[in-house]
Amino acid sequence: MNTTTTMGIQARHQAELNAGHFLIQHCGGCDRHVYFPREVCPHCGSGALHLVPPRGTGTVYATTTVRRKAEAGGDYNVVLIDLDEGVRLMSRVEGVAPADVIIGQRVQARVAVKDGVGLVVFDAVAGEGA
Amino acid sequence: MNATLKALRGSAAIAGVATFGCGEAPGFIDMELLARSARAAVADAGLKMSDIDGLCTASVAATMWPMPVIEHLGINPRYIDGTMLGGSSFIAHLLPAMHALHAGQCNAVLVCYGSAQRSGAFSRAEIARARKFLDPQPYETPYEPMLPPSAYALAASRHMHQYGTTRRDLAEVAVAARAWARLNPEAFMRDPLSMDDVLASRMVSDPLSVRDCCLVTDGGGAYVLVRADRARDLPKPPVYVLGNGTAVWNRQISSMPDLTVTAASQSGADAYAMAGLQAKDIDVVQLYDAFTINTLLFLEDLGFCAKGEGGAFVRDGAIAPGGRLPVNTNGGGLSCVHPGMYGIFALIEAVRQLRGACGERQVAGANTAIAHGNGGTLSSQSTAILGTAAAL
Repeated sequence: MNTTTTMGIQARHQAELNAGHFLIQHCGGCDRHVYFPREVCPHCGSGALHLVPPRGTGTVYATTTVRRKAEAGGDYNVVLIDLDEGVRLMSRVEGVAPADVIIGQRVQARVAVKDGVGLVVFDAVAGEGA
Repeated sequence: MNATLKALRGSAAIAGVATFGCGEAPGFIDMELLARSARAAVADAGLKMSDIDGLCTASVAATMWPMPVIEHLGINPRYIDGTMLGGSSFIAHLLPAMHALHAGQCNAVLVCYGSAQRSGAFSRAEIARARKFLDPQPYETPYEPMLPPSAYALAASRHMHQYGTTRRDLAEVAVAARAWARLNPEAFMRDPLSMDDVLASRMVSDPLSVRDCCLVTDGGGAYVLVRADRARDLPKPPVYVLGNGTAVWNRQISSMPDLTVTAASQSGADAYAMAGLQAKDIDVVQLYDAFTINTLLFLEDLGFCAKGEGGAFVRDGAIAPGGRLPVNTNGGGLSCVHPGMYGIFALIEAVRQLRGACGERQVAGANTAIAHGNGGTLSSQSTAILGTAAAL
């Protein structure tokens, strides 16, 4: 049996992330991209959704700094990123101070694997900004 | 707008309202706050609990909530709606209940809510922990957004970027709410609040500070809906339901198509179409202000100003007492009451205004009101348009 029929899309997507691969969905029914991963295309209702690698490039759409006590790890950012394929996801931009993450900043996806669990995070693309 | 919905305009009226335990109610559980409010609302309608044959209710914690409510109140409803859309639920309950009343399925619908979220043994943090398993959001939770504030902060960041809205504009909303709360004996926070106080308050999730966030209080609220002809024979002046619309576009903030445009633009349009009214016809406005950005978004999406002009619209006390548009006259979720879900309290305040029962904060000659509910993280929106007999 192949995993397309034995596992739900959430588990398949996470298994790929855990192996270091960030995949989004492409719909064979309407030719649009989809994220987060679903069993049914939210645009056209088709079930013909396939996991595909995105380019990984995108733009910060919205940003917030979540305030947290220093002893608990300090402030951190939470962003919404628009991928160039036209889908949006929540993530964080790493490697810059939370307050320096600005809307319009160009970013590049990276899979961070910690304790065997993969998570999509982003790095700022130098020289490209709002 | 189809003919059946238009025919429902004004077909039902709110005959009774009540609140109980708003603010701090130590020693009470959710059900008791609900039951006290329900009993008082039924009495306010001039009815007995045995007259209630329809029930609408929802709970933040209990998924089968109508059953214990029926058991506690000892009622035998022929119409039951436990739809749970977050804080907008008790406004979204209106239109289905109007259908049921119109069809003769029931004669008196009780809509009720209670939460001991501030004083209760099961805290907000525990609810948030449980929800990670019961209502998972696996594509957001790993990034640790502080929900709900971070979701609204993201929307605020986008509104500021796109339209030049400022923290001062957001602060205007908090200051106006407090000015109204100071006129409302039932409001929880009645100390003076200045623009500088808001701007200097502790940040929670930028650009929102603690004074941009709603209260966490206890409280119960209830109302009774009957057919219009019956309402005219009951003791209180009927407040007619002229329109109601509900819309959901997404659950997660990351799935919201445009963070500056909410589904209130759809729920409001539906409610206005049913009522045959527009924003300019509305005398008093109650908007679910879980966060200051909500008030700006809903003023825009409900047509009180153009998209992006919410910040300019509220400047210089424009929605405070004495301003150009009375908004959140009880003090709102920001300064009056917010026990987990606020929608029913927005509706109750609209009814009290249309009854002329608001004392110092009464809007003179109010004949039409809008009560708008929001749920989740800008996820569900329900708009009600209410009116006195003069608005029929």
